[in-house]
Amino acid sequence: MTPFVADVLIPVGKIVAVILYPMVMVVVMIWLERRVVALMQLRLGPNRVGFQGLAQPVADAVKLFFKEDIRQRQADKLLFGISPVLVMASSLLAFCFLPLGEPIRIGTYTLTLWIAESPVGLLIVLGLSSISVFGVIFGGWAANSKYPLMGALRSVVQVLSYEIPLGLTVLTVAFAARSMDLVEIVRRQEASGVWYGFLMPVSFVVFWISAVAETNRAPFDLPEAESELVAGYHTEYSGMKFAYFYMAEYAHMVLVSSLVVILFFGGWLAPFPSVKALDFLDVVPGFVWYLVKLMFFLYLYVWIRATFPRYRFDSLIRLVWKWLIPLALVNLLVVVLVRYLL
Amino acid sequence: MPEDQADRPELRELLAALAGRFAGAVLASVVDEGELSVRLSKDALASALRFLKEEAGFNALEDIAAFDNLGSAAEGGQRFTVVYRLGKFPGALRARVAVDVGEGESLASAVPLYRSADWAEREAFDMFGVRFEGHPDLRRIYMPDEFEGHPLRKDFPLAGRTGGA
Amino acid sequence: MELREYDLNMGPQHPSTHGVLRLKLAVDNEVVLGVEPVLGYLHRGMEKLWESLTYTQVVPLTDRLDYIAALSNNLGYCLAVEKLAGIEVPKRARYVRVVLAELQRLASHLAWLGFMANDIGAMSVLLYAFEAREDVLDLFEEYCGARLTIHGIRIGGAVRDLDTPLVSRIRAVLERIPKRLEDVRALLDENRIWKERTVGVGRIAAAAAIDYGLTGPGLRACGLAWDMRKDIPYSSYDDFAFDVPLGTNGDVYDRYLVRLEEICQSIRIVGQALDGLPGGEFTAKVPRVLKIAPGEVFHTIEAPKGVLGFTVRSNGTDKPERVKMKSPSFINLQALDHMCRGNLFSDVVGILGSLDIVLGEIDK
Repeated sequence: MTPFVADVLIPVGKIVAVILYPMVMVVVMIWLERRVVALMQLRLGPNRVGFQGLAQPVADAVKLFFKEDIRQRQADKLLFGISPVLVMASSLLAFCFLPLGEPIRIGTYTLTLWIAESPVGLLIVLGLSSISVFGVIFGGWAANSKYPLMGALRSVVQVLSYEIPLGLTVLTVAFAARSMDLVEIVRRQEASGVWYGFLMPVSFVVFWISAVAETNRAPFDLPEAESELVAGYHTEYSGMKFAYFYMAEYAHMVLVSSLVVILFFGGWLAPFPSVKALDFLDVVPGFVWYLVKLMFFLYLYVWIRATFPRYRFDSLIRLVWKWLIPLALVNLLVVVLVRYLL
Repeated sequence: MPEDQADRPELRELLAALAGRFAGAVLASVVDEGELSVRLSKDALASALRFLKEEAGFNALEDIAAFDNLGSAAEGGQRFTVVYRLGKFPGALRARVAVDVGEGESLASAVPLYRSADWAEREAFDMFGVRFEGHPDLRRIYMPDEFEGHPLRKDFPLAGRTGGA
Repeated sequence: MELREYDLNMGPQHPSTHGVLRLKLAVDNEVVLGVEPVLGYLHRGMEKLWESLTYTQVVPLTDRLDYIAALSNNLGYCLAVEKLAGIEVPKRARYVRVVLAELQRLASHLAWLGFMANDIGAMSVLLYAFEAREDVLDLFEEYCGARLTIHGIRIGGAVRDLDTPLVSRIRAVLERIPKRLEDVRALLDENRIWKERTVGVGRIAAAAAIDYGLTGPGLRACGLAWDMRKDIPYSSYDDFAFDVPLGTNGDVYDRYLVRLEEICQSIRIVGQALDGLPGGEFTAKVPRVLKIAPGEVFHTIEAPKGVLGFTVRSNGTDKPERVKMKSPSFINLQALDHMCRGNLFSDVVGILGSLDIVLGEIDK
C-alpha cells in the first residue's frame, strides 16, 4: 500500500464516508418516520414514489432544493444564513469520532472504522453536538419574528437543561469503563461481558429521555410544535435552509442514537458472545450489529412520537430539574460507591 | 309538534308580580305555551331585567334578537324591536322581554347583569345600529370596523353596496 | 433590561384555531393575560340571505352553519318552523330524527376528539377518531348521499325513511365505535402527559359559566345538569332513557371526559330509537308553498356544541320576516378569555380545543 493511498486517499475516503453516512441515515429516517408513523395511525404513508415509497426522501430533497429561498428584509442576514449551517455542521463533525467497528486488516494495512480516536472522544462528541444550540438561537433571533423567537428561547432552555442529566449519566459510563475514549468503552463492555445498559439501567433510561429532549423530538418537541407555534424556530426558513434544519434534526437523532448504542449497548459487539449455540452469528461483521441496534433506537424514536401527547413547556422543565437531575445525581453516587466498594 | 309546555302557574304569578312592579311600563303581556312574554317601554328595561334575574331567578340570558320593523306592521311604532330571551335553569322556565327602540336611540346594556349579553349586543349594534348604553366595548363584531351601514336593516341591499367596505 | 408584556397574534391562519379565527393574546413571558377573539372572517350574511328565501330553501343553508354537525342545525331550524306553522310531525319521523341527530352528535364529538388531541400532540388519536367518524359519515352517505352538508332533516320530517338494511348497518357501526373509543381512552385517559396538559387547565367555575352563557358539554363539565333534551324535550327525546354526564372541575380534562361519555350515551339512545321505531306515517303534510301567518317563535335544541336556538318571525308570506340564530359556539367563545387568563400560552390551544367551536356557526 503506497503512502499516497494510506495517507491521502483513505482519509479522504473516510471523510467522504463520514459525510455520506449521516446523509444516508437521514434519508432512511425520513422514510422510516413517515411510513412507520403512518402505519401506526392506520394509514399508509408515502408508498407511491419508488418501491414502498423509498424514493420519497429523494422527491422531498428535490422539492426543497427548488423552493424559493424567502429572505426577510428585516432578518439579520449573517445570522439567518449561518444558523442552519451551524446546526448541521455540529452534528456532522461529531460523527468523525464515532467508532463503527473493530479495525479491519487489509493486507498489512489496518483500516480503522473511525476518523479520529481521542482519549476524550466522549467529551468531544458531546461538546460538538451542543454547538447546535447556537444555531437554534441565531435562527430564532435572526428571523425577527415573534413565533421563531419564542420557539428558539424554549428550545435553548430545554436543551441546556437536559444537557445536565445527559452529562451525569455519561459520567457513570466513563466511570465504569475507566475511560472517555469511545473505542475503549466498547472494548470494556466486551471484556466485562455485560453491556452497560444492563449494568446501569437507570443511566440508560435517564440518558435516553434526555437524548429525546436534546433532539427536540416528541414528546419534547414543543419548540417546533406545529399546532402552537406554527413551526417554532424554523418558521421563517424555506427551501434549502429549511432542508438543512430538517436534515440536521435527523442527523442529530442518528448521532444520539449511535451514542446510546456505543455507550450502553456494546457498539459493534454481538449479543450473547458466550452462548455457543449462537456462534454461527460470528460471521456477521461488527458494524452490521451496530446498524441493527441503531435502527432499533431510531425506530423507538418514531414509535414514541406516534404515541404520546406533547409535554407543555413548564412540565418539561419541571421534569428535568425535579426528577431527572436528582435521579441522575443519585445514580452517579450509587455507581461510584459500588465501583469503589466492590 | 314539539311538546307543548303545560301551562306553568309560576309564570302567571310572575306576570302579576311584574305588572305590579312596573305598572306603567308593561305594555303587553301573555303567558302562552309555557313562556311568559312581555313588552316593556325601554326605560324600564334595566330594572325589569334586574328584577327577573335577581328576584325571579332567571339566571340565563339565552339570546338577544333585534328586528327591523321597517315596512312591516310595526308593533310599537318604532323602527327596531329588541327581544331578550331569558331562561331559568333548573326549572326550564322561559321569559321573553321585548322593547321597542327608535333609530338613533339607545337601550341600557344588559352586560352588567349577564355577561353573555356582551357579544350579542355587539352583534345587534353591528347588524342594526342599535346602541347600548353601558356596554364595555361597543364596536362591530362581524363587519370590519370601518364599514358603513348596518347590513341586517331592511333598507340595506342583500348584495351589498358597490364600493362598500 | 425592562420586561414587558407583548401582544401575540394567533391566526386567522393558524393550524389550531379551528377555522378562520383570529385571537389577540396579551402575553407576559408565557402567561396569558387576556385573549380577544376577532370574528367575522367567515361571515356570509346568512341571516340576511334567509330573509329572501322561502322557509324550505333556508334548510340546506343551515347545514353550513355548524358544518361539522349539519343535521343538528337542520333539526333546530325545522323544529322552530314547525312550531310556528303548527305542523305536527308524526312519531316515526321524530324517532328517525332522533337517530340522525344522535349519530350526528357522535360524528361531531369524534371530530372534536381528533382535533383536540392533535393540538395537544397526540397525533395518532386524530386518525383513530376519524376512522370511527368515517363509519358514521358512510352511514349518512348511504342515507341521503351527503357526508358533511347533509340536509337530511326537512320541514315535516326527514328526507327519507330508514329501511331495514340501513338500520342493520347503523347497528353494526354502533358495535365498532366503542372499541375504537377504548383504544383512545387507553392512550389518553390516564396518560401522565395528557393529564398534565388538561387537568386544572382552563378552569371555569359554575357561576361564571352561567354568567357567560356557556352551554353544552362545557357547562356540564362544571357540574350543572342542563341539557335541553331533558329540560325542554323535543322530538320525543323524553321517550328515551339516557344519562347526562357531568364533570366537577370545569377544566379541560372534565370537558374531555364529558364528551367521551356523551358519545356512549348517544350510542345508547340510537339503539333505543331503532328498537322502538314505530310504524305509521313518516312525514307530515307540508304544503308545497309554505306560508305562515304572522307570529314569532323561539325554539332550542341541544346541539353537540351547546344549546342551539332559532328565533323565527313570520309575516304571512312564504319567506320568513327574520330568522335569528342563537349560536352556541358564539356564546361559548366569549368565555375563552376568562378560561385562558393565568394559564400558559401553550394551554390556549388546548382550551380552545376543549371549547369545541365551529367558525361557521360563530360567524354565520
